[in-house]
Amino acid sequence: MEYILKNGIVYDPANNVAGEKKDVMFKDGKIVDNVSSDAKILDVTDKIVMPAGVDPHAHVAGPKLVTGRIYRPEDSRKGVTAKKGVCRSESGFSIPSCPATGYRYSRMGYGTVTEAAVPPLEAKHTHEEIMAIPNVDVTPLPLFGNNWFVLQYVKEGQIEEIAAFISSWLKIVKGYGIKIVNPCGSEAWGWGMNVHGIDDPAPYWDVTGREMVRALSQANEMLGLPHSIHVHPNDLGHPGNFPTTVSTMDCVKDVEKNSSVRNQTIHITHAQFHSYGGTSWRDAESGAGEVADYVNKNKHVTCDVGQVTLDETTTMTADAPMEYDLSRLNGLKWANKDIELETAAGLVPFIYSGKAPVSSLQWAIGLELFLKIEDPWQVCLTTDHPNAGPFIRYPRIISWLMSNQRRQEMMDNREVHPWSHKRTSLATLDREYDFNEIAIITRAAAAKIYGYQDRGELTPGYNADIAVYDLNPNDIDPSKEPAAIEQAFGNAMYTIKDGQILVKDGEVVQIKPSQTIWTNVQGYEEQEKMIMEKVMPTFNRYYTVKFENYKVHDHYLPNPIEVKVQASK
Amino acid sequence: MAYEEPVTDYDNIVENCTCAFCGCNCDDLDYLIKDGHVVAVRHACRLGASKIMEDMDQRLMVPMIRGEDGELAETDWDTALDKAAELIAGAVRPIFYGWSETSIETMKHGIRLGELVGAVLDNQATICHGPSLQAVQNVGYPVMTLGEVKNRADMCVYTGSNPMNSHPRHLARYSTFPRGWFRPRGRFDRTVVTMDPKFSDTAKMSDIWVGFEQNGDYGFYNAIRAVLKGKELQHDYISGIPKEDIYELAEAMKNTQFGALFFGLGLTHTLSKQRNIDIAIQMVQDLNKHTKWVLMPMRGHYNVNGFNIFMAYEMGFPYGVDFSRGYPRYMNGETNTIDLLTRKECDVFMVVAADPGAHYPGGAVKHLAEIPVIQLDIHWGPSTEIADVVLPGSFIGVEAGGTSYRMDGVPIYMKKAIDKPETCRDDEWIVRELLERVEKIKAEQAIASK
Repeated sequence: MEYILKNGIVYDPANNVAGEKKDVMFKDGKIVDNVSSDAKILDVTDKIVMPAGVDPHAHVAGPKLVTGRIYRPEDSRKGVTAKKGVCRSESGFSIPSCPATGYRYSRMGYGTVTEAAVPPLEAKHTHEEIMAIPNVDVTPLPLFGNNWFVLQYVKEGQIEEIAAFISSWLKIVKGYGIKIVNPCGSEAWGWGMNVHGIDDPAPYWDVTGREMVRALSQANEMLGLPHSIHVHPNDLGHPGNFPTTVSTMDCVKDVEKNSSVRNQTIHITHAQFHSYGGTSWRDAESGAGEVADYVNKNKHVTCDVGQVTLDETTTMTADAPMEYDLSRLNGLKWANKDIELETAAGLVPFIYSGKAPVSSLQWAIGLELFLKIEDPWQVCLTTDHPNAGPFIRYPRIISWLMSNQRRQEMMDNREVHPWSHKRTSLATLDREYDFNEIAIITRAAAAKIYGYQDRGELTPGYNADIAVYDLNPNDIDPSKEPAAIEQAFGNAMYTIKDGQILVKDGEVVQIKPSQTIWTNVQGYEEQEKMIMEKVMPTFNRYYTVKFENYKVHDHYLPNPIEVKVQASK
Repeated sequence: MAYEEPVTDYDNIVENCTCAFCGCNCDDLDYLIKDGHVVAVRHACRLGASKIMEDMDQRLMVPMIRGEDGELAETDWDTALDKAAELIAGAVRPIFYGWSETSIETMKHGIRLGELVGAVLDNQATICHGPSLQAVQNVGYPVMTLGEVKNRADMCVYTGSNPMNSHPRHLARYSTFPRGWFRPRGRFDRTVVTMDPKFSDTAKMSDIWVGFEQNGDYGFYNAIRAVLKGKELQHDYISGIPKEDIYELAEAMKNTQFGALFFGLGLTHTLSKQRNIDIAIQMVQDLNKHTKWVLMPMRGHYNVNGFNIFMAYEMGFPYGVDFSRGYPRYMNGETNTIDLLTRKECDVFMVVAADPGAHYPGGAVKHLAEIPVIQLDIHWGPSTEIADVVLPGSFIGVEAGGTSYRMDGVPIYMKKAIDKPETCRDDEWIVRELLERVEKIKAEQAIASK
């Protein structure tokens, strides 16, 4: 089937197209240069056309999510809709059910999302949920930052072993890249402890966060994976944590990049939670300036923000000690899930309120990061869904970024607490994003950071993943009309995925099974064989499942996208 | 126990099979196979082994329909499926109950069917660990995978649960006996405590037995919490336990390095029901101020947790999900099977891999006897006696593959080892057939009404 999206105003940052009126053509699911005269014409005159959105960090599938859904029926009840047309029932606000997750991403014009924390032991569960999510492709990142095998090899200083281990484990659990969460801290949580800062060693292992991050980064580059290490640094949410964040970014500065498809060697996730100054919540202040400053001066770093949206939400992370502390702070129900030999996880409901000083400070720090990081290719829009807010708020964040007037109004009207301007520099920042920068932070940059070679741009040969928004950029002043911006970005006029029209005028009109994107390292078979021989005795002794039943079989990936990477030394 | 000679007469061994009995989902079983039958099982407990080996005992072999004379009569698959589909398509308030002894793959078709006809989907949690889930929704859910206990725990507590009888390999494989990374001497590195009114088989092999009085659970845990918070106990005996013992126990629990509490139906089904679990969870949360503690419900069936997980990711709620209004509703006491049956709301009941005839209260079974019941199962049971259509399925983990979730949420693919009896069908196939046949009837009705 051939299509022409006619007369749209195209933003395709990867190809340096910033608001040009032109046609976009696609055929059999791929973008093409030209089509025959039989092509079906979709008239999008003067509407915004972008590649479909790419979310670089969210929690959408897996055991944490299900724990949240089981223990928070009050959240599930919030988003209930009846089955309608091609859509099944939806439920949930901060932790939507799987079908709802797919529909809602689709309605916003998104085509790809990363599931940012997969415990390898329960990877089958994550893949089962991915199968239940329609319309949006999912990239799972397995957790390695507290894995006992990695801890052991780091202790012994064996980087090649780590690379071989990662290479095998990505095959075993069908994952895309390396996720590190509070390195050594989640292992310390096995004893109810945490580590403080990047140089505090894990009990027993005597390995520090710095050593873990460095070693995994070196292994990552040894394999030349399409994505860099994806790091949630130590000390999340602690006042005065920005030096830890800066040290984390800095500790891999000398690691040489070994991949042509991306620019960075470290991706810092939900940087907002890691950019706090002060010494306690009493004197907490923004540390966004220092973090942004480091990012501006160093091209080996990218980040996503984790913007607070001022909603009631459900926090969930593999940073389990932080979640326990949080539950003692806010008194809400605490869930925890430790995973043998691998990681831990915790959940706590959280209410971010504009009336609360801390929430407002967090809100302002997130926006500061967006506005102070100069190169939009180094920063992505996320809410660390659902931690700082649900992903359905992305359009609202876009409206804030495009309107200084709206931000000032929120501070002036006390929609947010005065800490938002007294303890940050937000009130002095008048930068406003334009549509091209929005296209970068919501799709192009994320696709580049992940090294995707099939999406995130409207280049011929790429997947026909396209979003059309009902806005005429020449006719609207986003600074003055934030509500219109939010409305348009929340209800795509068209969402096209692999050439199929999934959303029309904000309604899901077609369902498409999602695909799972994973990395298959080639040319490392010898090392993998060697490492498996080394790992198996420990595996057999200390895991409670048999290796045969640990592996994720093809049964759980009915629609895989296998990214083959040639390992290079 | 009489000595039995090891089985030496077999054709082949299938390794790493998963046991389809309790929530332990032991996945290290070896099946010894002779002439297409499992003749012996290695590593399994007696419960698991007997279920697997005696799979042909009282086996439902052919589809049956209850005739005018009130007797079940053999029929062919087409007739039975059509009859079941007709009943489901014509139902006003159908319930699809069970699912805990079948695969996630089967449930996938089941939920589609439920959404199509506006059914209630519910599982055994409604009569077992439902109160636990309610408590989890009240106060939280601090759990772990079982390997955490194996590798780290120096104190294991069983309360309201007797795993030596109900989950025989739980202590052997996960909690008490195995040698873990940080517990190299296994049993000798751990303190085992049983808190239970009964001096059960588990209590017999524990280091400490706390025999609080019946229905004394809430008071007992409340007292421990009070002591943990530094309060003085006002009575000399609490729930039948001397207060000195409670002080001592609380101190011991505080001074462990890693403690794990396992609770069973003894807690969920005594006087204070979900409130017992509330307070046990809160006790664990309080203990985390001092050291590391986690807890875990001792789930009974091998996939009872799986259904809760499956429903939660598909529709946001764990069990008792009502689609009658076209959207999912979950309201304890309103959308649960027992309530619907005792209120006589249900008009067609499908039971998938469960035995309500054996487990339900009298009032609920009485209503079941009055309405059409469709049974999908592998064995004869009391539910067969009240069933109007019987659809013989296959044995997951032995005759058919499928996904299940262990009590701690670890997903396991239970592989197939032997072929099913020729006249039986896979659960997955049966439910998919029902879905397709009901869809067809609905489509015909839609055309007719136009």
